[in-house]
Amino acid sequence: MTTTVAPDSERDVKRSPKKTVSDRTSAENRLGIKLVAPAVVLMLLVTAWPMIQALYLSLFRYRLTAPDDREFIGIDNYVTVLSDSLFWRDTWNTLLIMVVTVAVELVIGFAFAMVMHRIVFARGVMRTSILIPYGIITVVSAFAWQFAFSLNNGFVNSWFNWLPWIAEDTNWFGDHWPAMFAIMVSEIWKTTPFMALLLLAGLAQVSEDMLEAAKVDGATWWQRLWKVILPNMRAAIMVAVLFRALDAYRIFDNIFVMTRGAQDTESISFLTYRQVIEQMQLGLGSALSVILFLSVLLLAWLIVKLFKVDLAQARGEG
Amino acid sequence: MRGKTTIGTWIGFIMIMLWCLFPVAWILSLSFKSEGETATGSAQFLPKDPTFDNYSAILDNGDFTRALINSFGISLIATVLSVILATLAAYAIARLEFKGKRFVLSLALAIAMFPVVALVGPLFDMWTTFGLFNTWPGLIIPYMSFTLPLAIWTLSAFFREIPWEMEQAAQVDGATTWQAFRKVIVPLAAPGVFTAAILTFFFAWNEFVLAISLTSTTSSRTVPAQMSFFVGPDPFNPPYAQLATASVIVTLPVIVIVLLFQRKIVAGLTSGAVKG
Repeated sequence: MTTTVAPDSERDVKRSPKKTVSDRTSAENRLGIKLVAPAVVLMLLVTAWPMIQALYLSLFRYRLTAPDDREFIGIDNYVTVLSDSLFWRDTWNTLLIMVVTVAVELVIGFAFAMVMHRIVFARGVMRTSILIPYGIITVVSAFAWQFAFSLNNGFVNSWFNWLPWIAEDTNWFGDHWPAMFAIMVSEIWKTTPFMALLLLAGLAQVSEDMLEAAKVDGATWWQRLWKVILPNMRAAIMVAVLFRALDAYRIFDNIFVMTRGAQDTESISFLTYRQVIEQMQLGLGSALSVILFLSVLLLAWLIVKLFKVDLAQARGEG
Repeated sequence: MRGKTTIGTWIGFIMIMLWCLFPVAWILSLSFKSEGETATGSAQFLPKDPTFDNYSAILDNGDFTRALINSFGISLIATVLSVILATLAAYAIARLEFKGKRFVLSLALAIAMFPVVALVGPLFDMWTTFGLFNTWPGLIIPYMSFTLPLAIWTLSAFFREIPWEMEQAAQVDGATTWQAFRKVIVPLAAPGVFTAAILTFFFAWNEFVLAISLTSTTSSRTVPAQMSFFVGPDPFNPPYAQLATASVIVTLPVIVIVLLFQRKIVAGLTSGAVKG
């Protein structure tokens, strides 16, 4: 790929300047490993090592408040978790939020991407605006929407009371479905722009010539969308779905701020947090962590297999 | 497709602007409502009697300003360190052939999808043992690991586009190795590094799960965590206006960064997902 290993920064000057190495490939190999080592070690230190720790702790009955009572109980924690209806309800909530938000975001995000692709004026203004929800803190988004839906201080009830199911005194956080709706609104609002930008990049790769040719051949707008545009940006769509789905599966901030898990709106991440931090059940919490980790792996694998996502592209190997 | 402004595009444009800016306008408007107004219930969008009281109150709130300092400090340090490590790694990935390149890229991808909550328990345990619980490094270290993947992707996509031959060309023209690096490579690589830094900063600024789990006092609690605990005595009647004010203040840096660097951020966000 390259010809010389040129010194690229102060750090390298001391070791790499063109010593005529007998075996250049092995030198390049060593330098490459040295350069990635700090990043790899740090990434493993904070993820792989604690995960192994969690795997070990999950085999004990272990409460931080009573560290001396630690007792080896094998897979009992896993049995407790998997036979608990709370765990399954939270998993269902999480999956529901994931499927609904990603589906809605995909549709709205695609519409936004089409508009951004076509527009000839105010591109900078639009790019700036669309990055604001992306950059805003999730906690802020959660507060903004919690207040918007609030019974006393929100505008939603007074603005939308012409809808049959909304009245002046609709308490959005007093029931399961309205609360889930409010949580999803906040999640969708914040993350649709990210989806739109990924899809916009995909749209830019669809060849104009092909579209022109389809038009000349008499394809309608709808046919062009389904037969030319969408198939040609498949890769971008799949990568966007993969990233957003796994991100939505980890939903935590919105639920923590908006309901604290009340009205059965708890997600699987929230359950894990509550076990570990609030109840100090490190053993049981670790079992939940391991299950959560495995379920994310399974989900990623399923999405990659089902939709045939090109991971090389996701990794940025062009 | 490009170049035609139809009525549909216009409607789309207005929809996007409303979508993006309306909730921001809402918290801005709420931040100007007086405490009395929100306490009695104020369902209208605009404040009856706009006031700056919330801003002076929140900036006088020692806990909030302390959290703001923590947020800035932790995010900036994590960003700088993460970008330095990512630059080294991305340089190797983009330019060198070495064993384990695929491993590094796959690891980065896996970590980007990692459920952060799963780490809360073990990290809590480890950090209390090492004395890192409730300290700046206790947050900086995990923030670095979780931003490294994004930074590495973004940077290696940028670095692949750099015409590295120019460095040799400069040396042939009589530049020293250092000059060739400083005058040719640095200016070409800087935009990518900068973009990675912005995305990393956004992540650290936004992070919430670890911020509430690995801190216990205002000595290291960041703004998102502080805000979630700032609910006041009555959980069913939170201090709406003050929380909205805090939201506006913590959103300002985001808006400034976005206004200045929108083009770079978009380039960085999409570089990992679509061939860079």
